[in-house]
Amino acid sequence: MSTPTDPSSQRSLSYVGALNEAVEQEMDLDPGVFVIGLNVDDHKGIQGTTQGLFDKFGPDRVMDTPLSEDAVTGISIGAAMAGMRPIHVHIRMDFLLLCMNQLINMAAKAHYMYGGQTKVPLVVRSIIGKSWGQGAQHSQGLHSMFMHVPGLKVVAPTNAYDAKGCLTAAIRDNNPVIFVEHRLLYSTEAPVPEAPYTVEFGKARVVGQGTDITLVGISYMLVECLRARELLAEVGISAEVIDPVSLMPLDVDTIAASAGRTGNLLVVDNAWTVAGAGSEIVAAVCERATGNAPVVGRMGYAPTTCPTTPVLEKDFYPNATTIAARAFAMVRPGDKPWSPDAEPTLPHEAAFKGPF
Amino acid sequence: MSGNTPDPETLARVYRSLRLIRRTEEEIARLYPSDKIKSPVHLSIGQESVSVGVCDALNDDDMMSATYRGHAAYLAKGGDLNQMMAELYGKGTGGAGGKAGSMHLVDMKAGVLGMSAVVGTTIPIAAGYAFAMKREGRPSGEGRITAGFFGDGATEEGVFSETLNFAALHKLPILFVCENNGFAIHSPLSNRWATEALCERVRTYGIPTHEIDDADVFTIRRTAVDAIQAIRAGEGPQFMECKTYRWREHVGPGEDYDDDYRTRDELAPWQENDAMATTGEMLDAAERDAIDKDVEQRIAEAIAFAEQSPWPEPEELFSHVYAD
Ligand SMILES: Cc1ncc(C[n+]2csc(CCOP(=O)(O)OP(=O)(O)O)c2C)c(N)n1
Repeated sequence: MSTPTDPSSQRSLSYVGALNEAVEQEMDLDPGVFVIGLNVDDHKGIQGTTQGLFDKFGPDRVMDTPLSEDAVTGISIGAAMAGMRPIHVHIRMDFLLLCMNQLINMAAKAHYMYGGQTKVPLVVRSIIGKSWGQGAQHSQGLHSMFMHVPGLKVVAPTNAYDAKGCLTAAIRDNNPVIFVEHRLLYSTEAPVPEAPYTVEFGKARVVGQGTDITLVGISYMLVECLRARELLAEVGISAEVIDPVSLMPLDVDTIAASAGRTGNLLVVDNAWTVAGAGSEIVAAVCERATGNAPVVGRMGYAPTTCPTTPVLEKDFYPNATTIAARAFAMVRPGDKPWSPDAEPTLPHEAAFKGPF
Repeated sequence: MSGNTPDPETLARVYRSLRLIRRTEEEIARLYPSDKIKSPVHLSIGQESVSVGVCDALNDDDMMSATYRGHAAYLAKGGDLNQMMAELYGKGTGGAGGKAGSMHLVDMKAGVLGMSAVVGTTIPIAAGYAFAMKREGRPSGEGRITAGFFGDGATEEGVFSETLNFAALHKLPILFVCENNGFAIHSPLSNRWATEALCERVRTYGIPTHEIDDADVFTIRRTAVDAIQAIRAGEGPQFMECKTYRWREHVGPGEDYDDDYRTRDELAPWQENDAMATTGEMLDAAERDAIDKDVEQRIAEAIAFAEQSPWPEPEELFSHVYAD
């Protein structure tokens, strides 16, 4: 079992601070690293994640752009082919849809299609929004679309330690990396070493051990799964919680081994379930199972567009309560359905007041 | 030749390049029915003067980016002919080991950025490469530049306008070259453009433009030389619109004048003005014959190289998905 805690560091840093520090350190180490994107240089600094970088590195390395996501993606790819290491930042993952042509037809393909003559060391940072009226077009988790395409890597760190380590690894990677952040993780803190370090892609973390069911939480849903684990413990169910950290490459081994032990696998995605990351994880685990396949389940966004009003929005997302209830039904199929009597909104989520 | 009469060395070099491209593509067309070429081919026959005129003005360490109709640009920039032919045959010795075919030719050593079959996609990538070149910190006048080729259809894609704006804003060292052959597949400009004032549109971004209507290779070359000098001096991007004409069908080896979207009459003036023929006539016959012979030999060698080269090993399917 690995944990995101490094005993050598007692310093606690927020997810925002971790992202910021990773970029600053890599920019110090490698003059080819630069940040590009709408508003990366303004006083808000992408919720603080790029704050201070402009003052330190100047406009050549922290560049605001015209509202031209398609071209700026291509320009970043071209600069990457020339040996630079661009970090293209998007304040919302929804805006990656304007970049799909370049990301999928060019960035993902170039190394292969050109027989290894070019590399595209590009990082695309994108933030998934939630609550306070983010609604239809500021809330989408589109990671599975990118997982589908060979040539891209996809990571979705859920804590400050992994945020720094994964971003450092992404910047140093010679491939295009889709870096999936979640707005509600930004205020969370974890011990984060000051010196640069990398978190290897393709290694899942077991973040809570258990024996009755395996919960896999993707992006923000990892936080909800950890809370669900506490609720389940109250009724004597021991849940193992896994954070895949990286979705492509995906550490199926760790998840399959856990599901093999617990006999139950519930994947909770911060996205829709149809053709999603959860579908992939469940299928990959079942394909490996010899003999006894685990009982499997998927949870994710309701199969609807995300509404803005909180009254409807609360039922759009899975939460610790609904996850615990579903897990209970999987572990004790004969029992009467149970749902924990708990506040469905986590404290740091309740503290989040928009606008973005 | 509109006052752009070249010195003898340039004339010979330009003719050789035009001849090599024309004859290579004619050979591709000749071989095509044999099914040895495992790739759709978009021939440049008739359009060579644009690639040759511009690429002759580039330095070896400059970069060039082009489209699926890229044989001419590839060869004009000095791309390896053996590797190109092997690539068309799908052989392991192709420039991309058989993963590119005709539509994605690449030769980074020769300054040929990879080509793309999705219209318009290479325009921002060429600009991105130029963006990196600008940061190489070479003295003014000595910097590297990128020339980006694309068709008239590509200028309708949003990314074209986005890239012009970005390139002008950041004074990127890039020469945009639109090869306006009047058609996107079979669709004429009149179906697609509200006005033909392409250069006027581009100028509104603050980019100097050059419109060349007669496809004269030495006019194109002279224009490119001057534009590139300004670009190297740090003045930012320039744009050339070169009117030209595609003699063959959009894709494939044949002609399509009976297909009801254009007539052979339209071709006639372009054929009379053919750059290869007119530059050839400017050369002394013995010199021209020597070049022609040499070109035939190089092409024959490239075809033999492609024929004799091995297929890629099956495990190559899985190489280069990710870079190390
Ligand atoms: C984005 C995109 N849309 C449509 C096509 C289909 N298509 C292939 S070539 C072509 C015509 C492009 O015309 P132009 O840019 O003028 O270049 P030309 O083929 O004349 O050299 C089209 C529409 C494509 N490959 N990519």
